[in-house]
Amino acid sequence: MRAMRWLCFLRSLADNVMSVRVQTEDFDVSQEMLALRQKNPKVGAVASFVGVVRDLNDGDEVSALTLEHYPGMTERSLEEIVSEAKSRWNIYDALIIHRVGTLLPLDQIVLVLVTSAHRGESFKACEFLMDYLKTRAPFWKKEQTSSGERWVDARTTDSVAAMRWKNTDDE
Amino acid sequence: MKIKVLFFAKLRELFGTSQVDVTFTESNNKVSDVLAALRQKGEVWAEELNENKSFRIAVNQEMVTEDVMINEGDEMALFPPVTGG
Repeated sequence: MRAMRWLCFLRSLADNVMSVRVQTEDFDVSQEMLALRQKNPKVGAVASFVGVVRDLNDGDEVSALTLEHYPGMTERSLEEIVSEAKSRWNIYDALIIHRVGTLLPLDQIVLVLVTSAHRGESFKACEFLMDYLKTRAPFWKKEQTSSGERWVDARTTDSVAAMRWKNTDDE
Repeated sequence: MKIKVLFFAKLRELFGTSQVDVTFTESNNKVSDVLAALRQKGEVWAEELNENKSFRIAVNQEMVTEDVMINEGDEMALFPPVTGG
């Protein structure tokens, strides 16, 4: 009985692990998804989002993308965003992996995974995490285009997307 | 009082440095005082840190506004609006 309680305690700790990773290496979606959900048999839904480098932006061909971040603050802000998602929706766990360094078209940039009992909570939390990540986490993109290098400007559409989560009707 | 200021992305490139120290002879300074000191460093500094520019400010890795107080040893950072994801 005591061993059982100890196991439950360990599992509850594992369930609450906040996972954010900033790395240069690529990631394997199915491997990450399995790792996130297999520790919890209560999970009935996993929502995922993968951001990918495109070869076109604002009408120009993009040959490469370089991502810069603020070590320390970036991880901290991602953890805060995950905490906020956990406080707003009934989700079990979330994982954010964001790549930095030089990436090429077709490369994966970002992964967001969310687990919950039912799909509604996972879908909403996953979208919320991406919207907040795009407007709050310190990452900056620089594009290599046919006409030279340029820093990507923040988009108003991303701010609008993040703003809608302030409206509680959307929850 | 010495404050470390970090720059990222476009600002780091334009200023040609990723970090400077700003020293004050007295205490009780705000973020706005650091910005005022940085604007004195040259034309590009005054231009990029002008009030009509949309840069972001962090102190000890938390986003703040110009009226926040800063203390000895604080890490301040200035950077453009973020574009990750």
